[in-house]
Amino acid sequence: MLAQGVGLTEILFVLAYLLIVVYLGFLGYMRTKSATDYLIAGRRTHPFVMAMSYGATFISTSAIVGFGGVAGMFGMSLLWLTFCNIFVGIFVAFVFLGGPTRRMGHCLDAHTFPELLGRRFDSKFIQVFAGLVIFLFIPIYAAAVLIGGCEFIAVKFGIDYQVALLVFSVIIAAYVIMGGLKGVMYSDALQGSIMFIGMIILLVWTYSKLGGVMAAHEGLSEMATIPSLFGKIGFQGWTAMPAFGAGVAETAKGPNPNGYDLWWIVISTITLGVGIGVLAQPQLAVRFMTVKSKRELNRAVLVGGVFILVMTGVAFVVGSLSNLYFYKYEVITGKIVSTTEKVGVIAKKEKDIEARIPCQLLHIDTNGDNVADITVVGKGYDVERDGKVVLPGSILMPKAEVTELADGMVEVRPKATSFLRSLTQTKTGDWMFNTDSIIPNYVTGAMPTWFGLLFLLTLLSAAMSTLSSQFHAVGTSIGRDVYEQVTGKHGHGIAITRVGIIIGIVIAVFISYRFRGGYIVARATAIFFGLCASAFLPAFVGGLFWKRMTKPAAISSMIIGFLVTAFWLLFIKDKEARALGLCYQLFEKHSLLLDKPTWPVVDPLVIALPISILVAIVVSFLSKPHSKEHLDKCFRGV
Amino acid sequence: MLGIEDKGVMAAYLLCIVSAILCVVYGLINWSRGDDSVEPDDVKWAIEEQKVEDKI
Repeated sequence: MLAQGVGLTEILFVLAYLLIVVYLGFLGYMRTKSATDYLIAGRRTHPFVMAMSYGATFISTSAIVGFGGVAGMFGMSLLWLTFCNIFVGIFVAFVFLGGPTRRMGHCLDAHTFPELLGRRFDSKFIQVFAGLVIFLFIPIYAAAVLIGGCEFIAVKFGIDYQVALLVFSVIIAAYVIMGGLKGVMYSDALQGSIMFIGMIILLVWTYSKLGGVMAAHEGLSEMATIPSLFGKIGFQGWTAMPAFGAGVAETAKGPNPNGYDLWWIVISTITLGVGIGVLAQPQLAVRFMTVKSKRELNRAVLVGGVFILVMTGVAFVVGSLSNLYFYKYEVITGKIVSTTEKVGVIAKKEKDIEARIPCQLLHIDTNGDNVADITVVGKGYDVERDGKVVLPGSILMPKAEVTELADGMVEVRPKATSFLRSLTQTKTGDWMFNTDSIIPNYVTGAMPTWFGLLFLLTLLSAAMSTLSSQFHAVGTSIGRDVYEQVTGKHGHGIAITRVGIIIGIVIAVFISYRFRGGYIVARATAIFFGLCASAFLPAFVGGLFWKRMTKPAAISSMIIGFLVTAFWLLFIKDKEARALGLCYQLFEKHSLLLDKPTWPVVDPLVIALPISILVAIVVSFLSKPHSKEHLDKCFRGV
Repeated sequence: MLGIEDKGVMAAYLLCIVSAILCVVYGLINWSRGDDSVEPDDVKWAIEEQKVEDKI
């Protein structure tokens, strides 16, 4: 099956890339060009190499495919996240947090994020607790990165998602085992450069294909009048913010309890959850410590700001504009191999909720092998109950235009929005609209074939560099932060570290296999980022800048931040509580606030972070400060 | 402006570019600043860091 979908050129191309990455890694390893060598030898790091390696580590397939797909579904309001990524994730993080983190990390001889927190507050518990949280939850984020890569491989080569997952996991595992965790800067820098070039081409090509910046935006704005599946939750077009408010929305069609849901999804979960959460990412803090001086951080701000703009900014703009391409410009030439009538396509699937829209599906063969390689919606049908239309599928679904050509060939204009063009078959044979297929569909359909290969390398680069830093964090957290601290056997955690990494990889692959659809990539990323912010941010920032912050304050803010987030995910936030199921088992409802509008879509961060900040401040004033000697040791040179 | 009428989205679009420019300007102004000397603490840290890396 794999051989059918993937040609020799593609295989050679990917192999050549992998060989270069491995060679660069080997070269770097032999010449000991890892970040620490620069420190030991006191040599200068090339700012370009440094910045590209940063970028490659922090931007992953999750940002490009997952969040790009969400932009395809919900539009350019996601650019608020790009703004947060640049302003908070680069400017604030590097200018204000980078220097102090580096100095304090070196003074306290801390080598992991939990170790930094633990030593700053003189608490073994903090180190073990933070290590456990990272070990247990990073696989969720790693799964998001894996899914992002696999969705593209599945679409690009027309292979099953499961096959793509197997191949991708093997490549990643081989990379990690062959030393990818060493963080050799040259291979990271190569990966960052490929990502940068790939995304620039994607942006320029897209705008020029759609008639330029103005014409593309205007065309997309005009599409706001198309009936949308998301109108009920406040969607107002791809170039407009969702309807803002809280509680029941008063609309022309009457009161709507879900009328403001989309605004809260875009702003609270996507923008704040991820945008603020980046500050407390364990990998980021470690990265700060490996730089030679504050000057490297200053230089990284320049390149990092531009890099993030080009990565997430382009992904979100192109994701949104893909709607215009699919609706107005896409023409598929081929042969309709078969047509299936009234197939219930899954538009939303969660526990106890399955919204299917009956559609006619056209299965088209575009490469002449009589096997359908593209499936699009031909038209939709209304869902009626008791003679009343309850779901106007005939209006909400696209109507494809089919023009007969000679020799049984046809030209199909799907006239679909990106979400409705993202038809994907699940492992049970059902059809569903899959947000995470939007970017892969666009790149495969709208861009030239050679770009598809470059984009594959872009995603491989994005996934490999981020996953290696994630598994690095998994390994050190379980080996150094948990095992060594609990047993007191320093320097004996090698086996545990390796087993931890393998367990992390297995869990990530399992999650990727099990969960698909419902913009899972973006949601999984947001959960991890939000959890890190609520549990670690007050202790991290307070630890760096507020000498009065105490050990009990750090411990209580971490525990409260973690517990409130967990409570919110288990009992309040509808999508997550529904999937986890504990709330239903205990209370026979999927969210305790299900009957209260807006609350079930509010992100845990919005509640948990203010509470954990407040706890940190109040408990600090109520408890005994650290000794002067301890503070002098922590803040030496900070 | 630029074919986008919604002020919220336009603001986000422009703020992305402005914040990237801010990063560039900050980086240029401070390009050669902050070249701290490498202290014994830093070298000690780096040697230990290599041991951590070697474990993995």
